[in-house]
Amino acid sequence: MTTYRLQVNGKQHAVDTDPDTPLLYVLRNDLELSGAKFGCGLGQCGSCTVLVDDQPAMSCLVPVSSVGRRAVRTVEGLGTGDKPGVLQQAFIDEQAAQCGYCIAGMIVQATALLERTPRPTDAQIRAHMSPNLCRCGTHMRILRAVRRAADVLAKQPAGAKR
Amino acid sequence: MSAQLPCNEGRRRFLAAGGALTLSFAMPAWSASGELPRSLDKTPWLDAWIRIGADDSITVFTGKVELGQGIKTALLQVAADELRVAPGRLLLVTADTERTPDEGLTAGSNSMKDSGTALRHAAGQVRARLTDLAAARLSVPATNLTLKDGAFATADGRRVTFGQLVTGQELHVRATPEPPPPAPGPKTAIGKSVPRVDIPPKLTGGRAYIQDLRLPQMVHARVVRPPSQAARLLDVDTAAVLRMPGVLKVVRDGRFLAVIADGEYRAVKAATTLARATRWDTPASLPAHPDIASLIRAQPAEPYSILDRGAPGSIKTSGKTLRASFTRAFQLHGSIGPSCAVAQLVDGHYTVWTHSQGVFPLRGALAELLGVKDSTIRCIHLEGAGCYGHNGADDVAADAALLARALPGRPVRVQWMREEEHAWEPLGAAMVVDVAATLGADGRIADWQYAVLTPSHNQRPGKAGNLLAATHLAKPFAPPVPKPSPQPEGSGDRNAIPYYAIPNARVMHHFQPRAILRTSALRGLGAYCNVFAIESFMDELARAANADPVAFRLRHLTDPRAIDVVKLAASKFGWDSYQRPQGSTRRGRGFAFARYKNLLAYCALAVEVEVALETGLVRIVRAQAAVDCGEIVTPDGVRNQIEGGIVQSTSWTLLEKVRYDEQHVLTVDWASYPILRFTQVPDTVGVHLIDRPGQPFLGTGEAAQGPTAAAIANAVFDACGLRMRDLPLDRQRMRRA
Repeated sequence: MTTYRLQVNGKQHAVDTDPDTPLLYVLRNDLELSGAKFGCGLGQCGSCTVLVDDQPAMSCLVPVSSVGRRAVRTVEGLGTGDKPGVLQQAFIDEQAAQCGYCIAGMIVQATALLERTPRPTDAQIRAHMSPNLCRCGTHMRILRAVRRAADVLAKQPAGAKR
Repeated sequence: MSAQLPCNEGRRRFLAAGGALTLSFAMPAWSASGELPRSLDKTPWLDAWIRIGADDSITVFTGKVELGQGIKTALLQVAADELRVAPGRLLLVTADTERTPDEGLTAGSNSMKDSGTALRHAAGQVRARLTDLAAARLSVPATNLTLKDGAFATADGRRVTFGQLVTGQELHVRATPEPPPPAPGPKTAIGKSVPRVDIPPKLTGGRAYIQDLRLPQMVHARVVRPPSQAARLLDVDTAAVLRMPGVLKVVRDGRFLAVIADGEYRAVKAATTLARATRWDTPASLPAHPDIASLIRAQPAEPYSILDRGAPGSIKTSGKTLRASFTRAFQLHGSIGPSCAVAQLVDGHYTVWTHSQGVFPLRGALAELLGVKDSTIRCIHLEGAGCYGHNGADDVAADAALLARALPGRPVRVQWMREEEHAWEPLGAAMVVDVAATLGADGRIADWQYAVLTPSHNQRPGKAGNLLAATHLAKPFAPPVPKPSPQPEGSGDRNAIPYYAIPNARVMHHFQPRAILRTSALRGLGAYCNVFAIESFMDELARAANADPVAFRLRHLTDPRAIDVVKLAASKFGWDSYQRPQGSTRRGRGFAFARYKNLLAYCALAVEVEVALETGLVRIVRAQAAVDCGEIVTPDGVRNQIEGGIVQSTSWTLLEKVRYDEQHVLTVDWASYPILRFTQVPDTVGVHLIDRPGQPFLGTGEAAQGPTAAAIANAVFDACGLRMRDLPLDRQRMRRA
């Protein structure tokens, strides 16, 4: 066991764990953040997507020992049930979930797109979201939700974004 | 949730002791001759479905479960509407063997039809009973009362709430068969697209799933599966694993092998090490690369005649007879979240948290597996990832229960790894369909002969032998010999009977009790391939009759509701004015229709596809569906199910096939078993609903699976002249075209 200091959703945490433990297991079991999900453990489905220094990362493949000082953000850092973030609200407005297991990863993946490309084309949204798998076939709604969030953000004054 | 409520069994025992007095009060006459709605017939007590607290809380109980289909919200709407309260006022408790009615399985698109109808009936009778109580309490005729927000009021302003009326066992009465009087005033919930209650926590990291359950002292386990179902464990060296940090126990019983550790990733690593320390004999037990048709045709089958109408040759025909065969590969449920369960054994009592579709049948199977009484096991449903039928949910519950027995006291959490889910879930069964039809001189089908050959589409527990781990124990439980489900629902023969008016028709179901791989219910069961075959063949017949495919279907439909959905889908698509666009890809349009099980929702679908001939890739450009599911409770919920069904069935139809060699299943992850990605989904999917107020609720969850497959194949033919009769569509064939 080694102690790792992690910055997650703007807070510092100290975690005692084995160095090869993937970040996903640390988030879920040590920090009790349930948003990122185990889907494949192979980096193939995106259910575990988090942001590491603003880049989407499949946390099932990231050993905790490699995170270092980089800032980690999960879906919990984007809003709450009472105060959902813009993307979370857009997913609610579009009812863009069936089972919802993949959706936290979808929202995090979409966050990375909208932070870098605030006015994406539909083709850019599709290409950006394509690493993430959904089995229920909610794709059309997920695309609409990302589009809706982009439109909402485009109307907000600069500085109020995120 | 409302954990403080007593469990049903306890309450029933309590009431059995002294309930007679309370029952004498204005109890409706129990009609033995009338029939209660399904589910309510098995659990007729009103307070098994609806309870009212002194604090005016209203709790609704259902034996059905949320699978991501939005059933919680829809059932809340039904109950709220009958009680004339806002759905947000209600708490809902879903399947739990100690607290809720036993409604069997959440499957077959039956939840609205069964639980929805039962709850509507029960809630209506609760409201009627409360109305009588209020009238007595306030000394006014019931007709002089108004009902709003869970309270009755008189014209002079006196008021009594539900909670004030129910102080004892007033609702512990049997439901009666006659429908309750209509609720007064406007509807509060039915027909409105109420936002789903389960969605917000799923988007914000709330504990929404069984995978998120964390109990004090919980430990983690992983199972080391054999390389195949036929493999024999020669030896295993557990010494190295037992030295690993955090490893608490290695469990071996026959070829059921597992490791329990104090941390989840420690269990994962230990299982990997344990797997390396095993030696297996893996015989060549699977057929060497046969095509699906020869594989299925070679299996022994029991023939069942499921339709024998008219007499062949009794109609003057045009002499034009068409014949074709269709196939479907083994396919996966492929849940995006691997199956998971938590089990705990305390003082001889098991608690099993599970995402099984049937907590009561699972309890029976676990009791047999563990050699204990049903009453010592409580199965509580918690949501998992979408399952689309019988996936690993029950199997992993058995894993957890066996491991909880090995480590009493501690909650044991087991989540399958991705490779395990892909390799070991019960598969959607391979199928072969042979069909022949003769056109009459009038351009209608005169004679129809159809046979479907397929192994079981339902091997759910029930019995311990239906649980994977039970078949691996030193004293294994044999899987029971499967039986076909009878028509009209059917199983492999679901929707094998065409919904069209055909004077002479014979349909056979060749049921195969054995399959080379374990199979069970996958969304739609046989309907997926049967509708694909029938609706593809209808297209072939329409062309042979020189008829437009939509007009040809209408020529054979007599049910006005079927006619309406066909016309609506065609009109929303712009079928009659369709112009094939010119471009680098070939485009075409296709149509299909089915009524699920021939008795639930009607679904018609028109699609336009593009076929890239250099790659053989097919994509739906646009799809327009029309659906009639009776009275609509949640319009957006229906749209979500149909949209999802179209996209999922597109994935099945274009991409999905389980592959194996002589020893193993080879499709063990998303690379070897790809599914549809965002870059491959349609540009637009439209779903148009026909509401039928007053008509029974008809389930929609599986209605789109079959029509989508056929509409795609018909559109591919329209685009490039290739008739694709195998599921998934063969990309190489289209590439060569």
